[in-house]
Amino acid sequence: MGHNDAMPDQVPEEARVRPLVELAGGTVRFGADTVLDGVDFRLFPGEVHSLMGENGAGKSTLIKALTGALQLSAGTILLDGEPVHFRSTHDAQQAGIRAVYQEIDLLPNLSVAENIMLGSEPRRFGLVDWAQMRRRAAAVLDDLGLDIDPATTLSHHSIAVQQLVAIARALSTDARVLVLDEPTSSLDAAECAELFRVIAGLKERGVAIIFISHFLDQVYEVCDRVTVLRDGSLVGEYLTREFLRVDLVQAMLGHNAEALRSRSRLQVVEDDAVRRPFLSVRGLSSQRRIADADVDLVEGDVLGIAGLLGSGRTELARAMTGVDRADAGIIRIDGAARGPRGPREAIALGVVYSSENRRTEGIIGELSVGDNITLALQAQQGILRRIGGARQRELAQSWVEALDIRPPDLDRPAGTLSGGNQQKVLLARLLALAPRVLVLDEPTRGIDVGAKVEIQNLVGDLADNGLSVMFISAELEEVLRVGNRVAILHDGKIVETLPAEELTPDSLLALVAQGSSVGSAPVKEAR
Amino acid sequence: MSTTTTTPTAGRRIVPPRLSEYARTFVARHASVMPMLAALVILVLILIGAQIHFGDFVNPRTLSSLLLDNAYLLILAVGMTFVIVTGGIDLSVGSVMAFTGIAAAQMLDHGVSSAIVIPAMILGGAVIGLMIGVLVQYFDVQPFIASLAGLFLARGLAYVVSLKSIRVENEHVIWLQSTRWWFGEWYLTPTGVLALLTVVVGALVMKYTRFGRTVYAVGGGEQSARLMGLAVARTKVLVYVISGVCGGLAGLVLTAYSGAGYPRNGIGTELDVIAAVVIGGTLLTGGVGYVVGSLIGVLVYGTIHTVISYMGAEQSWMRIIIGLMLLMFIVVQRVIVVRAERRR
Repeated sequence: MGHNDAMPDQVPEEARVRPLVELAGGTVRFGADTVLDGVDFRLFPGEVHSLMGENGAGKSTLIKALTGALQLSAGTILLDGEPVHFRSTHDAQQAGIRAVYQEIDLLPNLSVAENIMLGSEPRRFGLVDWAQMRRRAAAVLDDLGLDIDPATTLSHHSIAVQQLVAIARALSTDARVLVLDEPTSSLDAAECAELFRVIAGLKERGVAIIFISHFLDQVYEVCDRVTVLRDGSLVGEYLTREFLRVDLVQAMLGHNAEALRSRSRLQVVEDDAVRRPFLSVRGLSSQRRIADADVDLVEGDVLGIAGLLGSGRTELARAMTGVDRADAGIIRIDGAARGPRGPREAIALGVVYSSENRRTEGIIGELSVGDNITLALQAQQGILRRIGGARQRELAQSWVEALDIRPPDLDRPAGTLSGGNQQKVLLARLLALAPRVLVLDEPTRGIDVGAKVEIQNLVGDLADNGLSVMFISAELEEVLRVGNRVAILHDGKIVETLPAEELTPDSLLALVAQGSSVGSAPVKEAR
Repeated sequence: MSTTTTTPTAGRRIVPPRLSEYARTFVARHASVMPMLAALVILVLILIGAQIHFGDFVNPRTLSSLLLDNAYLLILAVGMTFVIVTGGIDLSVGSVMAFTGIAAAQMLDHGVSSAIVIPAMILGGAVIGLMIGVLVQYFDVQPFIASLAGLFLARGLAYVVSLKSIRVENEHVIWLQSTRWWFGEWYLTPTGVLALLTVVVGALVMKYTRFGRTVYAVGGGEQSARLMGLAVARTKVLVYVISGVCGGLAGLVLTAYSGAGYPRNGIGTELDVIAAVVIGGTLLTGGVGYVVGSLIGVLVYGTIHTVISYMGAEQSWMRIIIGLMLLMFIVVQRVIVVRAERRR
C-alpha cells in the first residue's frame, strides 16, 4: 500500500487540495542515530488523525518536531502551504499548534478559570480582572459544551475533567491543530464518551486533531485517518474505515501479528481434580467496593479478571494481597486460613502484587535497573542478611536475560526505560521473590504492542511453570488471550467465572456490560 | 462531580438550589480557604476564652497593643507567605532583621541621616534576599540550604557591626514607635500602620497581579507554570527579594520598637514566622496560602503570648502551645488534602 493513495474525503472541499500542516521528508538525527527518517505526514483541517506505531517508532519525535519541542535535521514543515520554522514550543503555539499531554500540565491548586486563562488573563489597569476572566473561561467551556463552574478549584475535579480543561486551555488561544497524547489512558467509558463528543465538536469547527492512543478501539472510533510509523520510517497513511485491525497491527509490528491472536495456551488442566487452589477467597468484602467475592487461584493457571473501570477489579486484587484491609471474608493460602495483613506478610506467604500504577507504586525511576530488581528481595531478607554486590548483579543479570529487558544494562536508571521494559523490571523484582501467586493489575497498560505480546507470553510461561496468576486488564481481548479462566466483575461482584474457551470477545463484553447499558451513569473510580 | 454533567449546557438548572448545594459549591470553589477559616475560628475561641477567664481581656488597649507588639512579626510573615506559597522557605529573615537593625543603629549613631539609613536597611534586606533567590533559582540549591546560608551570613554581619546593643536616638525612628494615633479607646502606631500596609499590599499583589498568580502557579507545579509561559525564574527570585525587603522593614520596626539595635535580636524568629504562616493556613508544600491568613496566624500567635503573660505562666508554655497548634494544623491540612484527593 502506498501512502498517498488514500485521499481524505471527509474534509471540506477547499481543504482537500491543501493540508493545514504538512511535514515533508522530516528527518531527526541525534548524533549517529536517525530517529525520524524522511517521514511525510499530512494533516487536514477538521480531521482526527491517529499516529500509530510501537515505542521507538518515532511518534513522539514527530510530535515534538511539529510542536517546536525539537528541530528537524532535514525536511520542512509547511503550515497552510508556507514553510515554517519553529524554534520553540512558543513559536508553534503562536502558529496555533497546541499539545495536551498524558500528564496534565495544569495547576491543581488554582481555579479552572485561571488554568484556562493564565498567561493571557484579562487585566484592567495592570490588575487581574477576575470577573472578566471567569466570563471568558466560561465562554470557552460553553463553546466545548462543558458544564464546568470556572470558579471551582481544578483539583476538585476528576482527571477526565482536568483533561477537558487542558483542551479548553489549548483552544482558548484559537488553536488550529490539537495534539492529544494518550488522552484516554486514565478515563473510564463515560469519560471517554465525553471526550469524544468534544473532539467531534472540534472537528466541526475545523480544528485538526492528532490523536495518539494505545487503544485500537478508540482509534477506530474517533479517527478518520491513520499514519503508521515503524523504526522512524513511514509505513503508510490509511483511511481508518478501510483499514482492517489486523492490517494495522501488522503494519505497526512489521512482522506477522499471529502472536497477538493466540499464545500457546496451557493445555487446560487435564487433571483438574488434582490441582488444588493455592489461594482461595470466600465471601471477600472490602470498602463497599467488593461484595462477597469468591476466587480460586489454581497452581499453573491464569485467572483473567474482566471488568469495567470501577467494577472493583483493582480493589479485589488489593484486598486479596493484603494491600488493603478486607472487611469480611476468608482468605486461604496453601490450605491455611490466614489472610495476609499487609504486603510484607503476603510476600512471606508467596503472594505478590504488581500495582496498576507502574510509575508511582512500582518502578523507582532514579534507581538502576539492577537495584530495582533486587529491591524487594533485599527488603524481604532484612538488612542483616545483605545480599552481596556480586550476587546481586548476578541475580539481576539473570532476570534481565530471562525477561529480555532492553537495553540489558543493569546500571541504567530504570526511569529511562520504555514502559514495556519498566514493566518487565517490575515483574523481575516480584519473580526474584520466588512467589507462588502473582497478581498483576493492568501490567500491559500504556505499553506498545510488541512488549504487550511479550508480557502476555511471559505470563503464560510462568503459569506453565506452576505459578498461580491473576491477570487484570482493561482490554477484554487480552484477558481472553492470557486467562485460562475468566472471572467477570460487575459493580464489585463476581458475576461469573468461565473457562476462556467458552467465551468470545463479544460474549465477554456482554457479560461485563451486563446490567448497565454502555455509557449510562458515570462509573467512578477511587484514585 | 456535582459541578459537571455530561449534558450540554442548554439544560442549566432552573430549580433553586438547596442549602447543601451552596455548601458544596463553596467547597468546590474555596476549599483552600478552609484552613484559614479554621485559624480564624480558633482566634475567636481564644479571645472568648480569655475574656471569660480574665474578665477584661478583649478591650481596645489589649488589641491595639497586640498589633504594636507583633508588627515586626507580621511584616516578616507577609514576606514568608510569598516564599512558602512558591514551595520554598526562607530561614534568613530573623538574622536579616537583626543585621539591618544593628547596621542602622550604628549608622545613625555615626550621624548618618535617617533618609539614607532607612532605604539602606530595605536595600540590605533585598540584597540578601536576591542572593538567596539566585542560589535557589540559578544554582539549584535547596531553599532550606540557600536561606540557611543567608541566615549565617546576616547573623555574622550583624556581629561584625557590633557585639553590643546600640541605642537609637534618631527622632524619626523613635517617632515610628512613640506616636499614638488615638481612635477613641483604640490606638495605632506608625509601626502598626506599616505592618497593616504591608499586609494590604501583599494581599493585593498576591490576588490581583500576574506576579502574584505566578507565585501560586509555581507552588502548584513549576513545570506546568513554565509550560504555560509564565515567568517562573523571575518569580522565584523575586519572592526571596520580597522576603528580604520585609526583613529590612521588620528590622526598622523592631529597632523602633526596642529603641536599639541588637545583634542577637530575632534568633529563632524565622521559626515563629513559619509557625504563624502555617497556622494561618498556608501549605508548606506550596500552592495554597493567603496573606490575610498569615495576619490571622500572627494574631493567634500574639494572643497566646499575651494570654500566657496575663496568667503569669512561664513563656516556655508558649512554645508548647504553639507546637501543639502547629501539629494540629498540619494534621488538619493533611486531612483536607487527603479528602480532596479521595473525592476524585
